[in-house]
Amino acid sequence: MFDLPSSIIVGLEIGTSKVCAVVGDFGADGALKIVGVGQAPSRGVRKGEIINTELAEEDIRHAVAEAEQMADVEIRSVYLGVTGRHVRGFNNRGVHPIFSADREISEDDVQDVIKNAKTINLPAQNHAIHAIRQHFLVDDQDDIPNPVGMLGSRLEVDVHVVHGSLNRLQNAIRTVKGLQLEVDDIVFNGLASALALLTNEQKELGSLVVDIGSGTTEYVVYSNGIIKHTGVLAVGGDHVSNDLAYGLKTSLRRAEQFKLDHGSAIVDDSIKGQTISIPNENGLAPKIINLEHLRRIMSLRLEEIFLLIGQDLEQADALDYLRGGAFLCGGGARTPNIAKLAEQVLQMPVSVGKTNTISGLKSALDQPEFATAIGLVKFGSFDHRKRAVKASLTRNLKATLSQLFHRA
Amino acid sequence: MTSPTPLTSPTPSAPTAIPAPPKPISIKVIGVGGAGLAVLAHLIRSSPAGDRFAAINTDAASLAASAAAEKLHLETHLLRGLGSGGDPDRGRIAAQENLPRLKSLCEGMDVIFIIAGLGGGAGTGISPVLARAAKETGALVIGFVTTPFDCEGTRRRHLALEGLAELKAAADGLICLPNQKMFKLIDENTSALETFSIANEYLAEGVRSFCRLLTCPGLIDIHFDDLCQLLRDRHAESAFAVSEAVGPTRSREVAEKLLAHPLLDAGQMLAEADALMVSIIGGPDLTMAEVNRVMEQINRHCEHAQVVMGTAIDEAFRERLAVTVIAARKNLEPAEARLSARPGHEMSSQLIRQAITARPASRFGPSTPSSAASPGDESSAQGTASSRQRWKPARMHQTQLPLESASKGRFDKSEPNIHRGEDLDLPTYVRRGVALN
Repeated sequence: MFDLPSSIIVGLEIGTSKVCAVVGDFGADGALKIVGVGQAPSRGVRKGEIINTELAEEDIRHAVAEAEQMADVEIRSVYLGVTGRHVRGFNNRGVHPIFSADREISEDDVQDVIKNAKTINLPAQNHAIHAIRQHFLVDDQDDIPNPVGMLGSRLEVDVHVVHGSLNRLQNAIRTVKGLQLEVDDIVFNGLASALALLTNEQKELGSLVVDIGSGTTEYVVYSNGIIKHTGVLAVGGDHVSNDLAYGLKTSLRRAEQFKLDHGSAIVDDSIKGQTISIPNENGLAPKIINLEHLRRIMSLRLEEIFLLIGQDLEQADALDYLRGGAFLCGGGARTPNIAKLAEQVLQMPVSVGKTNTISGLKSALDQPEFATAIGLVKFGSFDHRKRAVKASLTRNLKATLSQLFHRA
Repeated sequence: MTSPTPLTSPTPSAPTAIPAPPKPISIKVIGVGGAGLAVLAHLIRSSPAGDRFAAINTDAASLAASAAAEKLHLETHLLRGLGSGGDPDRGRIAAQENLPRLKSLCEGMDVIFIIAGLGGGAGTGISPVLARAAKETGALVIGFVTTPFDCEGTRRRHLALEGLAELKAAADGLICLPNQKMFKLIDENTSALETFSIANEYLAEGVRSFCRLLTCPGLIDIHFDDLCQLLRDRHAESAFAVSEAVGPTRSREVAEKLLAHPLLDAGQMLAEADALMVSIIGGPDLTMAEVNRVMEQINRHCEHAQVVMGTAIDEAFRERLAVTVIAARKNLEPAEARLSARPGHEMSSQLIRQAITARPASRFGPSTPSSAASPGDESSAQGTASSRQRWKPARMHQTQLPLESASKGRFDKSEPNIHRGEDLDLPTYVRRGVALN
């Protein structure tokens, strides 16, 4: 019979350090709950983009299998998070003249103007991942949230377009499809994190979300409830480890461990001259590392990340709208004192974000690393509701029709 | 003083050989060798009659075709009227035998531009000797040279690099346009003839803008002293780019074009430069706001560099705006070597060259570094002294090499992460120069 939309929504994030699948379920009461999480260390990804398809496929399979097991469901389709250096966001304006005799703006006009705003100014080889409407203008009348039913001769819309290189986006999609999984939609990771972290009130106040992953750092600015600015830096926790490996002259794996065990985003005066000695497993002499150096290297790199974000926001005129402050997520948000450092650089209140827009497994929600994948589920739930409405409409229509036929 | 960043020394020390600024600056442009003459032809075609041009070659036929006012045919019994035949040694010997004539050609000039295409016989051999001769007469010597296309073969490339090093040691400033980079400026369908013509025109444009800076009346003059200070003793290797725009948004366009310019490695050269000369040329309608906008953009990319800027007004540039940037970088010293992200092939070619020249030196013991330079160097003590200085950093390069490649670690082979001219994959503390002790 009719294929009812399944009640589960899966978010899949193919990150640089881990692949993470999160299962959300609408349940009996219709409220979305997180019921399963699966993750696997990622080996085939650099700076947010897949460089080794075989390894990536294997890791995705592991993560999805784990999530299936935990949630006790079968995963058929996923909302896929995408990121990378090629992903950019910009604000665009679309124009559409109203031709109809009565000059009333219809739903079709709204769709047309958004389509127009989505494609204009876009490089040919790029694909628009999102075109998020900000507000409409009717005959230069500003700030109209919904123009349907109004009269006017010219309809304009401001949208925020997030776009990326088509080929690179397709790489990720193909890899997932190769595992017999459908991709419902692709979602920019930064947007997903923001959806997971921010409440409506915070979006209204104006907030910045910074997702410090291991390969990339995404940032999204909300103000007055709409997306003002998005961006990606191909710099993340991996770079911190790499800097440490170079500066402390040790292996990358070791550097990673130092970062987790002894790292901090701020260099305290009290640690001057302190050292850590590490027993060497190969029977060689133990290595002694200056704690101050370790933290100095980390601090400089993290500070730079925030500086670059700050510069970009300043250029985009987005810095003055952030009354709600900044929220950090991603693995990088676990770095001790990172909120303090960000506060110093960005000059605004900063806290590590909590996923409080969705309920479910407490253990998953508290971890900043899962923000993106949870946000993907959240994004999916919006989509899902839209589809559900459509599906019920067609069902109603069919029911009425069949009733009519039965009567006849 | 009009330079936005403070000069390193508050009073620019005028070199003794340079006459006082009030006197108009005398410039002579000398084209050397076949390529030099070709560029010269471009220059002569488009310049007012007052400028002084001279042509030097070993080949009589090409000299006869040149429109330069002064022509110098270098001939020795060795050449037998056949030209240098692609051998720089022959060119060098011919030049050395005619040293007095070269000197008299440069006599009384403040600035000598030497234009040559390196890699052949005449340009590669003669121009270093000419540069030394010109310097002895007290002129400021600036070389504009091209290096050959990769497809011209490795031998020409080695010869060109050797010539480049030698010229660098002899001249005050050197601006080099690697022909290979021209590929970024042309499209697939450009004919070979056009490509050379574009390269020549490009080099000519560089010389022209330099001349304009020194001679054209400007809103903001570049003082000759400033220029000397910028170039002298820096033995600078430079990159230059020209961009032009028309229309009401020209100031923004021109800056954008410049920062995306392939010859500046998309802005990376600006970030690495430690001295920068910016020349803005516009018509009488040039506004101060436009100058400001362009300089703001450029300054943002090179915070540490010493910037010398000048603005010239030329009636021909009405509604147009042309900006020429010459970015100079000190010869890489060991401490600075890590800061530079040189493309690998350049590095390796330097190593190859070193290997080639170092081998005979080792046979005679370690204390003969100057044998690596030209054999006819004895005439000028200065030349050998500076070439000796040049070798030391080059030798240090080799020890720095593995470190530099290691610094990118796991990102070594990934897509470079260039942001405003900085490679973000390199550790931040290395780029900022923070010492860990």
